[in-house]
Amino acid sequence: MNEIKEKMKVELSDDMKVIDDLTSSEYKWGFITDIESETAAKGLNENVIRMISSKKNEPEWMTEWRLKAYRYWLKMEEPKWPNVHYPQIDFQDISYYSAPKQKPKLNSLDEVDPELLKTFEKLGIPLEEQKILSGVAVDAVFDSVSVATTFKETLKEKGIIFCSISEAIQEHPELVKKYLGSVVPYTDNFYAALNSAVFSDGSFIYIPKGVRCPMELSTYFRINSQETGQFERTLIIADDDSYVSYLEGCTAPIRDNNQLHAAVVELIALENAEIKYSTVQNWYPGDKEGKGGIYNFVTKRGACRGNNSKISWTQVETGSAITWKYPSCILQGDNSVGEFYSVAVTNNYQQADTGTKMIHIGKNTRSTIISKGISAGRSNNSYRGLVRIGKNAVGARNFTQCDSMLMGDKCGAHTFPYIEVENDTAKVEHEATTSKVGEDQIFYLNQRGISTEDAVNMIVNGFCKEVFNELPMEFAVEAQKLLAISLEGSVG
Amino acid sequence: MLVIKNLKANVEGKEILKGINLEVKAGEIHAIMGPNGSGKSTLANVLTGNENYEVTDGEVLFDGKNLLEMDPETRAREGMFLAFQYPIEIPGVSNATFLKTALNEIRKYKGLEEITPKEFLALIKEKASLLGMDDAMISRYVNVGFSGGEKKRNEILQMLMLEPKFVLLDETDSGLDIDALKIVANGVNIYKNPNTAFLVVTHYQRLLNYIVPDFVHVLYKGRIIKSGTKELALELEDKGYDWLIKEEEMEKV
Repeated sequence: MNEIKEKMKVELSDDMKVIDDLTSSEYKWGFITDIESETAAKGLNENVIRMISSKKNEPEWMTEWRLKAYRYWLKMEEPKWPNVHYPQIDFQDISYYSAPKQKPKLNSLDEVDPELLKTFEKLGIPLEEQKILSGVAVDAVFDSVSVATTFKETLKEKGIIFCSISEAIQEHPELVKKYLGSVVPYTDNFYAALNSAVFSDGSFIYIPKGVRCPMELSTYFRINSQETGQFERTLIIADDDSYVSYLEGCTAPIRDNNQLHAAVVELIALENAEIKYSTVQNWYPGDKEGKGGIYNFVTKRGACRGNNSKISWTQVETGSAITWKYPSCILQGDNSVGEFYSVAVTNNYQQADTGTKMIHIGKNTRSTIISKGISAGRSNNSYRGLVRIGKNAVGARNFTQCDSMLMGDKCGAHTFPYIEVENDTAKVEHEATTSKVGEDQIFYLNQRGISTEDAVNMIVNGFCKEVFNELPMEFAVEAQKLLAISLEGSVG
Repeated sequence: MLVIKNLKANVEGKEILKGINLEVKAGEIHAIMGPNGSGKSTLANVLTGNENYEVTDGEVLFDGKNLLEMDPETRAREGMFLAFQYPIEIPGVSNATFLKTALNEIRKYKGLEEITPKEFLALIKEKASLLGMDDAMISRYVNVGFSGGEKKRNEILQMLMLEPKFVLLDETDSGLDIDALKIVANGVNIYKNPNTAFLVVTHYQRLLNYIVPDFVHVLYKGRIIKSGTKELALELEDKGYDWLIKEEEMEKV
């Protein structure tokens, strides 16, 4: 095992004062939608779990699964190893279920609460327009319950299942039983166990054999109820010779109390299948003093079960007070490929401990890790990654590149790479750099007529280029805007 | 076009410019020469608004406007251009993105429409070919992996694209072989016109064989100690700076 710690401090000069200014911008998307919602009383016990399960009209096996997870969770302890700090969470002070009061079934957008549609418009994602313009099918998750699903018919023709996990439990129990918890078992970690017990909703995708999904599938998440933890559960299965690209994007309204978000995402790629999973995460990061903000404790993992399969994670993380997440790949199939492209931006008092795990089991498995961390304000940004080459992983290869960029002198960038190699034929490369947004770069761009703020955006976007290149076009544009907003006022 | 009156400036608290007086008119080429540490680069940085240089006294008028009150980007938009001695690398940002952004900022400032991507591409290809530059460099990241000569050529390309009124060339000849030097000088000569002025900062006379100045000034210890025509540059090439410096010291005594 190999552990490297880096702590960098950079001198603040007058020119870098823009950093301070940029870091001082307010969260632009803080608003609360006024919709009646049905929220469970605070606290967690077996009755609450039974209540959630029955609200969702779940079969007995699902209820039992939740209860097993809950009982296991009771015996577990919160992980303390991440490089993040926050007050003790009182898990009995959280409400575990919230659903907007809705008509039970919706067949078209007309039936969606107009308030909800307005929220989506504020977010800049008018469903209607998106349907027409971008050909993206959107399964909108609003506070735990899916309210609108589009393009279902087109997908149905190809045999693709794209629905909420609640619906999948009802309609496709055999698939859910087979795969749910097969990549992230409830025994995996504290938050995965909690999620398994109380998960609210999320997306379910099944791509049948030989089918290439003709459009990007997308879900927009949004936490909207005060003090309601959001426990998303997503399950994506790509059967033999299939392909799917999935986009996950989120924003959340301003809150004073910290909100817990503990999602679990499981991906399964069978023979020759490919899954591309892209995330733009913009949960509320807290205010300039570090008050409020989302705790984002997520378990995301993909299994390349089949030979020649591929799973690719791309993430742009700009939000949350605390981010703790490691989208990972288990490379079981021979010649399978895992990729992780990440941009993590922290500002003000944000903390991020994020990275990936690449577990090489099959022969000739390959993985690529490109991580770009940008720290501004008084934030702390850590990359933590594990590359494990198992003893049977003949000819396995990994390439890791970890770059950190610092804005100002009060932030921190840390790198914790772990490398475990049990096979002599493996090749593992690790590169790491730390830089700061240079005054000389800013002055150069200024001298060509570009303002300091635009110059910083340009430099930062250039720094993240390799990751943005992996995002679908519309998403890349959105990601660039998010970066600009997150770092507004950061350099001067 | 540019009037500098009694300009004094500090770097890290030390006075480097000790009262510069200079007037440059449209259509003229002025060369500033001088030994190392005389303040040549400081003058270029002060005129373009680098914040590491502190102006302590004096005045600079650019087309009648108070230059020293403007921030660096405004100076650039007003038509002040510096070809850097050490051009800066911007990883991940293509030359095209960078130049298109810069050009549009300048156009916006002048009240002009943004250039269309098609027009931009045609324009940059035309200018690049004038400098014998490959089209491939248009999509390369700004100065990343460029050789010394390519970086300097890239500076001249930017000048041709942004069409400034006043061009500062800061040691543009340093690190160039004779062929690269000719290409760079050729770019400047192509651009030279009655509405544009140049201030060529150089250590050696060599560049002035190709960019022929109307006036030559010798900077020493933060002051212009001698001004003349292009013959002065030749004289300096021949005799070095020492005789001038001696004269200056004598006068002081």
